[in-house]
Amino acid sequence: MTDPAGSPAERAAALADTARAGDRRSLARLLTAVENHTPVAEEALRRLYPLAGGAHLVGITGPPGAGKSTLVAAVIAQLRAAGRTVAVVAVDPSSPITGGALLGDRVRMQGYAQDDGVFIRSMASRGHAGGLAATSTSAAAVLDAAGFDIVLLETVGTGQSEVEVAAAADTTVVLEAPEMGDEVQAIKAGLLEVADIVVVNKGDRPGAQRTAAQLRAMLAPAGQAQADRPPAKRPEVLITTAVSGDGVPELVAALDRHRAVGASEATPAARRARAAAQVRAVLVERLWHRLASPALAGETAAALDAVARHDIDPYAAADVLLAALGREETP
Amino acid sequence: MTDRPLKVLIAKPGLDGHDRGAKVLARGLRDEGFEVVYTGLRQTPDMIVTAALQEDVDVVGMSILSGAHMTLVPRVLDQLRERGMRDVLVTVGGIIPDDDVEELRAAGVAGVFGPGTTIREVADFIRAHATPREA
Repeated sequence: MTDPAGSPAERAAALADTARAGDRRSLARLLTAVENHTPVAEEALRRLYPLAGGAHLVGITGPPGAGKSTLVAAVIAQLRAAGRTVAVVAVDPSSPITGGALLGDRVRMQGYAQDDGVFIRSMASRGHAGGLAATSTSAAAVLDAAGFDIVLLETVGTGQSEVEVAAAADTTVVLEAPEMGDEVQAIKAGLLEVADIVVVNKGDRPGAQRTAAQLRAMLAPAGQAQADRPPAKRPEVLITTAVSGDGVPELVAALDRHRAVGASEATPAARRARAAAQVRAVLVERLWHRLASPALAGETAAALDAVARHDIDPYAAADVLLAALGREETP
Repeated sequence: MTDRPLKVLIAKPGLDGHDRGAKVLARGLRDEGFEVVYTGLRQTPDMIVTAALQEDVDVVGMSILSGAHMTLVPRVLDQLRERGMRDVLVTVGGIIPDDDVEELRAAGVAGVFGPGTTIREVADFIRAHATPREA
């Protein structure tokens, strides 16, 4: 289609309607708008957000090289064999120096060029630290509203604390590779705590069974908080070999089980936590935008320079800027 | 935002397995501040255009060392047009004879880059010619 003309609201409406009718170019355009925070994106999200919620949002996270993209490709194949449609948001890091990014996750997800039931979109993290881009959840909502059965959110290769994906997804899969760390790694707080399903990938490597057994032992309830989790919320530990597809049907079955349970048992607190993560991303964006407005840009720059000179600390600077925002609100 | 990075697809169409140049360029353009989608070896025109569409890229850059450029590039251009993506800047890199360069330009390729081209030249060309898409 040609690009629609008119006001942002009119263009958003046209793009949203054609994207929902199956036009992939409109969908891609909307995702670009979302990534760039354009007025069209805001209007489109206003229309599409109430229509989202039908898709199963699955987060896939884990350290670099664990096999996230290869596993996503194997999951796509399994879902397509069952006739289910799938969209992927694959996030790779942006350079903190140049702002550039090398988005290479598609390399492992080939073979669906003529299949309208698969839509893959790469996103650069654009300075957002947390494993996703600031706009990844909005992008997932657009793909959800476009009618995909399952939306896979693949994070950047994560360390130990990028737990944001758990707030964005219905089901969070944490990927580990065999022999990636000793038992102490597994009892540290962080990533494993937010896992709904733990996958030991590269199951054909020596040590996969042992790693899975260690993870199962570590994830078994020890403290009261773990024991209080309903049984279905204790993560399953599965072994996959993404390159051969071994264990992937079992993973998809586990995703479906988790969704069925999650839909009936998701607590108000869990729902609120997800909403909070989404609102926080917008809130931060808006606050920065206001601080950069002509009225406050001078004060903002002065505060940042003072921190750069070590004259004041970042906490004091934040207080100064919050006070400035408050003054602006109540003239 | 007007200062958002341009998004570039770097693709290796056809059957030659020489992807060193494509990878060097992909990394170099990353360092120039572009968001680069790299799709790997042995891409069909269909795969390239589908990736360009889903990723909503501003630029499609193809690296071809097999000599099949006069077959592959026009197919990509045709499909881009068929799918409403006329505004995407198309560039080709590789060993392209002069006569073919003229023909490719006439067919709609904006830039053809031969051996010895620097990353900076490609980056400057893209910045000068690509139209960032705004939805």
